[in-house]
Amino acid sequence: MVAGLTKGERQLALLISIAVAFIGLAMAGAGQGGAFGVHGFIVMAFGIGTIFVVISGYFLPEPGDERLAQYYDDPIKFGIVVSMVWAVFGMFIGDWVAWLLAYPEMTFDAGWASFGRLRPVHTTAVIFGFVGNALIATSFQVVQRTSRARLPDQLSPWFVLIGYNLFCVIAVSGYFMGLTQSKEYAEPEWYADLWLVVVWVVYFLLYLRTLMRRREPHIYVANWYYLAFILVVAILHIVNNLAVPISFGHAKSYSAFSGVQDAMTQWWYGHNAVAFFLTAGFLAMLYYYLPKRAGRPIYSYRMSIVGFWGITFFYMWVGSHHLHYTALPLWVQNLGMTFSLMLLVPSWIAAANALLTLNGAWHKVRTDATLRFMMVAAVF
Amino acid sequence: MSFDHGMLVGFAKSYGLFYLLGLSVAVLIYTYWPSNRARFDRAAKSVLNDEDGPWQ
Repeated sequence: MVAGLTKGERQLALLISIAVAFIGLAMAGAGQGGAFGVHGFIVMAFGIGTIFVVISGYFLPEPGDERLAQYYDDPIKFGIVVSMVWAVFGMFIGDWVAWLLAYPEMTFDAGWASFGRLRPVHTTAVIFGFVGNALIATSFQVVQRTSRARLPDQLSPWFVLIGYNLFCVIAVSGYFMGLTQSKEYAEPEWYADLWLVVVWVVYFLLYLRTLMRRREPHIYVANWYYLAFILVVAILHIVNNLAVPISFGHAKSYSAFSGVQDAMTQWWYGHNAVAFFLTAGFLAMLYYYLPKRAGRPIYSYRMSIVGFWGITFFYMWVGSHHLHYTALPLWVQNLGMTFSLMLLVPSWIAAANALLTLNGAWHKVRTDATLRFMMVAAVF
Repeated sequence: MSFDHGMLVGFAKSYGLFYLLGLSVAVLIYTYWPSNRARFDRAAKSVLNDEDGPWQ
């Protein structure tokens, strides 16, 4: 992994790792043994770990210019492996949480093993750890191939992937210690949120820089979905997590919103965070990997564009359907309900487009397990 | 002038409606504009053969 970096990138990687280790040290000092301090030690260990990784490969020969004639796939392989590790962990905890429903007393009289703490561990590990890593890794693969361009540098994809996993580790370890903002799917506290903003901005810029280097005149539709995923998650994350910490040495913070506004902001976030992770991101995968695997172009490229704008604009309005029969103004509830029904149109467009693409390749579906999974996914 | 509830509702119901309608029309015109067809067909086929590495 370090062998692929140029000399300058290795030095920059070392600098970033040292900076992260010092931030961790400062957090550990300011936290004074509380949960915030524990997180400081985790951040510091993470920084020191990457320092060792960079040093171990620091004096390897630099990659030559022949690398520029190939796609940069090393971080993609890493991302997929990490994604699988999160999947195993997240689904194991999910199973555990399910057993807690049958045997609620199975908590060993310990806070960390209670349902309220383990449940967000499960959702975060699966949605952010498993799905998030898969989306980031596949987006690197798709954007390079559809643009016929290599990623602009070797360091930022690693920064995005490793930094993102630091966020996931901080989030999950915080729940065990009882740290939460009490916002579903946005449980991590303010410092984890700030770190994710840094990582996500680098990700967004990396994606745009790759697209700017493209040799293909038209930006393929899968990239639109990935960009919507990146941009919308950034907006949702920043707005919903606006909060004021009680001090820079303490994990606890208070949301900038209160009452019904807080509830509406949370569910505008909650519905769309999952929508743009699990729908937009996965449609991006579908519009690239399904035609590839079937060996046929997408049935209707125009339908995929109409579906794209339908999904992005309808989805933004449906969050209020999580708050039916509450203090939320009735017209906002009606709006969410109506847009939720309208969403049937773009989702059936995507499903029809996928199945019609397979029409004529059914012999492959019969024998190809990957294609079978994609078909079942499209039907659902 | 202060932003009260009634004003925001009025804004959402008037401007919000027409902006979404206008946007839908613009998207449909772009999608079905005849000269865009060749570009879309090319893009759809282009992804099937892209493993030979970046174009220099």
